[in-house]
Amino acid sequence: MNDTTLPHIVKGGIGDSPKRVEDRRFLSGRGHYTDDINRPDQTYAVFRRSDVAHGVIRSIDTAAARAMPGVVAIFTGDDIAKAGIGGVPCGWQIHSKDGSPMVEPPHPVLAQGKVRYVGDAIAMVIAETVDQAKDAAEALVVNIDPLPAVSNMIAATAEGAALVHDEAKGNVCFDWHIGDKDAVDAAFAKAHKVATIDLVNNRLVPNPIEPRAAIGDFDRSTGEHTLYTTSQNPHVIRLLMGAFVLQIPEHKLRVVAPDVGGGFGAKIFHYIEEAAVTWAAAQVNRPVKWTCERSESFITDAHGRDHISHAELALAEDGAFLGLRVKTMANLGAYLSTFAPSVPTYLSATLLAGVYTTPAIYSEVKALFTNTVPVDAYRGAGRPETTFLLERLVDVAAKTMGMDRVAIRRRNFIPADAYPYQTPVALQYDSGNHEATLARCMELADWNGFEARRAESAKRGKLRGIGMSTYLEACGIAPSAVAGALGARAGLYEVANVKVHPTGSVTLYTGTHSHGQGHETTFAQLVADQLGVPFEQVEIVHGDTSKIPFGMGTYGSRSLAVGGSAIVKAVDKIISKGKKIAAHLMEASVDDIEFKDGKFTVAGTDKSKAFGEIALTAYVPHNYPHDELEPGLDETAFYDPKNFTFPGGCHICEVEVDPDTGVVSMLNFTAVDDIGRVINPMIVHGQVHGGVAQGIGQALLEHAIYDETGQLLSGSLMDYTMPRADNLVNIHVGTESTMCTHNPLGAKGVGEVGAIGSPPAVINAVVDALRDYGVTHIDMPATPLKIWSIINAASPRMAAE
Amino acid sequence: MYDFNYQKPAAIDDAVKALGSDPEAKALAGGMTFIPVLKQRLAKPSTLVDLGGLGLSGIRREGNALVIKAMTTHREVATSKVVADAIPALAHLASHIGDRQVRYRGTIGGSLANNDPSACYPSAALALGATIRTTRREIAADDYFQGMFTTALEPDELIVEVSFPIPEKAAYEKFPNPASRYAMVGVFVAKTAGGARLAVTGAGNNGVFRHAAMEQALSANFAPDAIRDVKTPEEDMNSDIHASAAYRAHLVGVMARRAVASCG
Repeated sequence: MNDTTLPHIVKGGIGDSPKRVEDRRFLSGRGHYTDDINRPDQTYAVFRRSDVAHGVIRSIDTAAARAMPGVVAIFTGDDIAKAGIGGVPCGWQIHSKDGSPMVEPPHPVLAQGKVRYVGDAIAMVIAETVDQAKDAAEALVVNIDPLPAVSNMIAATAEGAALVHDEAKGNVCFDWHIGDKDAVDAAFAKAHKVATIDLVNNRLVPNPIEPRAAIGDFDRSTGEHTLYTTSQNPHVIRLLMGAFVLQIPEHKLRVVAPDVGGGFGAKIFHYIEEAAVTWAAAQVNRPVKWTCERSESFITDAHGRDHISHAELALAEDGAFLGLRVKTMANLGAYLSTFAPSVPTYLSATLLAGVYTTPAIYSEVKALFTNTVPVDAYRGAGRPETTFLLERLVDVAAKTMGMDRVAIRRRNFIPADAYPYQTPVALQYDSGNHEATLARCMELADWNGFEARRAESAKRGKLRGIGMSTYLEACGIAPSAVAGALGARAGLYEVANVKVHPTGSVTLYTGTHSHGQGHETTFAQLVADQLGVPFEQVEIVHGDTSKIPFGMGTYGSRSLAVGGSAIVKAVDKIISKGKKIAAHLMEASVDDIEFKDGKFTVAGTDKSKAFGEIALTAYVPHNYPHDELEPGLDETAFYDPKNFTFPGGCHICEVEVDPDTGVVSMLNFTAVDDIGRVINPMIVHGQVHGGVAQGIGQALLEHAIYDETGQLLSGSLMDYTMPRADNLVNIHVGTESTMCTHNPLGAKGVGEVGAIGSPPAVINAVVDALRDYGVTHIDMPATPLKIWSIINAASPRMAAE
Repeated sequence: MYDFNYQKPAAIDDAVKALGSDPEAKALAGGMTFIPVLKQRLAKPSTLVDLGGLGLSGIRREGNALVIKAMTTHREVATSKVVADAIPALAHLASHIGDRQVRYRGTIGGSLANNDPSACYPSAALALGATIRTTRREIAADDYFQGMFTTALEPDELIVEVSFPIPEKAAYEKFPNPASRYAMVGVFVAKTAGGARLAVTGAGNNGVFRHAAMEQALSANFAPDAIRDVKTPEEDMNSDIHASAAYRAHLVGVMARRAVASCG
């Protein structure tokens, strides 16, 4: 199926593109975000944060600050320790090559003994107003003895480097591997040629448009705690914070994540501020609100990426990939964030086969602590790092072999008829057709007409380049049993509760969370399509642990593949019960009842009951099979996936370089993705646009840079280059889908493909533009300074030639 | 931000008095730099003297000069027919400062008084040989700019208006900082009866400066090729995560040639 041949689209159903219902409130300024919530008698928290990257806290004198106007309370690490509050936990455990568990130092809610990065919270000041809290936070006398800091992985692994945590020798959290080393060594022994690359995956700051915020509230009469927070997964926060940090049982802890203005991963994690305000609200017996400012979010939101890799590809004489060997260092920052250990390991190295039949793969990953903000999942989480490595390496391999970049890819593609395909790095792909996405993308991007366009650019003194990536990624994480075996400390199913009301309208409670994805629209389409009720009669509710039975939230492009599958399961239960009611009303056998287009029909007759009639009967059960059925029409389903899903596709980028300035301009970007079933093509296009924009941001613009003392130099939007409209180009999006074979919708996931597939396409294009300059690789971001430096260094040689 | 007193005088004398009587008082023009500084608690003035009530807005032609009052916004300069007829390069410069919101609030006087080393206007004032008319005197642009964030202004001296002699032709070319969009290198060139003048903003490690070697070459031959081999000393350039000194020095040449070319 592709987006030009959608069959039988019902208005508001699967395949239609109704406008996003949530946009009515977002675009009219009526979104209801955490900072819009104000509780009666609310106080305000401000955190005093470390301005040095590493140091011993000698003393914190709070006396002057406590005496300042409006101050309600001041808490330090000592108060947290005295209260017996645990550290924020890590949700994924990796074991090293030697079988030992990763080093897992505590991450206290407020720093105890030492500060470990610029931004580490030292004290929480609570006052009647934000300004009063800020005044008092400034008045705290904090005496820190600075220690030498390790602000990057080279420094962290140097001989005699300062230790971020004493228990992590050499600053190593774990030293992990996957794959068959001997098989890879054998492959290299018989290689015709070897392609190698050394690269850095640049560190990024997520920057969702809404900064984080949290409000703690405590009802003394019931003992119930409520946390309003900017989270992608309120149930996960309830579990982590309740069970591991504050010891509050679930029935006394409600977590609400209302409208959330973008997450991109940064709002998955359980942050110390959430625990701090929840705990403090009970201490001061008043609500406590904290709203992060942009400059604070730069030094407290978990950063993304930050890998350094060396990779080698063994090639046969005909260009076949024989073996792949990868060695990666991954920066985890100063503390283990919630899912940090999974990112460079199971979300990354398991994708090293990509779309290729490479028979032998071996990867080693050393994860390191540094005196920087914790690093964790950011849109794509591990898959962009692997895709960048692999798709750059394939271009280098083409050059090494003297082969065409498309030909070497085609030579090594997993053929469409080889599915299901078992890779040498644990994953079994269920479906895909890489030739289909490649061919359509090349056609849309006019790949074959490129050289004429390059010549035209050359006439204007510009260097034009084209690049592609043919990628595959893993989403919809995962069967819980598999995730558990790989180190996950939680299950990874999803939950849906479908509540049919007496008059036939429907409320869906989903355990996923929408923070820009448009679930309120797509999920309503899904339910409308399955039940045959009008799209407008379906309401989607998410983001409140007191309303939704359970849920794991939204990340890893899992909402439709896993959350949507749970919805289908719950809807199936509704239909199944409806059939029994219909059979009773029409005095037929339940086996003869068919459900289609919102009607229960006795097969082969014109006897039928509308869905609404069945709903009404369920709630007004005067004529009802009470012996076998309970009244009501309300079903809950948990869905645990059978496998990951494997979206993929082809991205092609065309750029032009101005050799005078080094500026790279985007000329064209084409993405043809295989994302399985498409519910709303408009939303799919939007997701791909956004993902590609972030990928172009990583490739050309964004870079979190620390100096050697651990100060974040790109610590504001004045120095951290977010992509803007004029950095981008119209993005052409197509889908060329094969269905996921193991979930009921055939959906694979679309949230991250744009950010995963695009960076190597961009850099491959930039390297191609500079093909006459002897360049084989450029690390991201390809800034004007970097490109000019390459051109400038090469120009005497070029002039001589 | 910290608390401060706020005054909005209606007469220039009152504004000068308010600033003169309190060394901790600060003038507020458009506030597009100063308000973010206040919000980040990087300044703690006792009093803000808002210049918005002084009636200091307006653009006029005065003989062979274009006169712009201090509180005229970038947007007014960018869209003024008087400016477009007299010095279109100045309208072009103003139309590329910040974003739409900044251009509606930010003022020419505020920009010149702040003398941010990456601001656009100082290069125009210097290259055009403008005269800064203040509450006390007239200051030639060559004497006015005294290094980054430093000017000839006294603490209680306010810019009233700026007089730009109208050149034969002029152009401004900016290479924006990729993140902030301030000038990483901005070159304003003017061809005047007295010869070529060329000023560079964003690049120098001591703020806006005139490029004597380029002016000399352009005075002899006002063409891009005339400055192709003119070097800009790296040691005079700024260096940061976005651009090394060598790169900035190179960009000064590129932007200067483009500016001369766009003079037509």
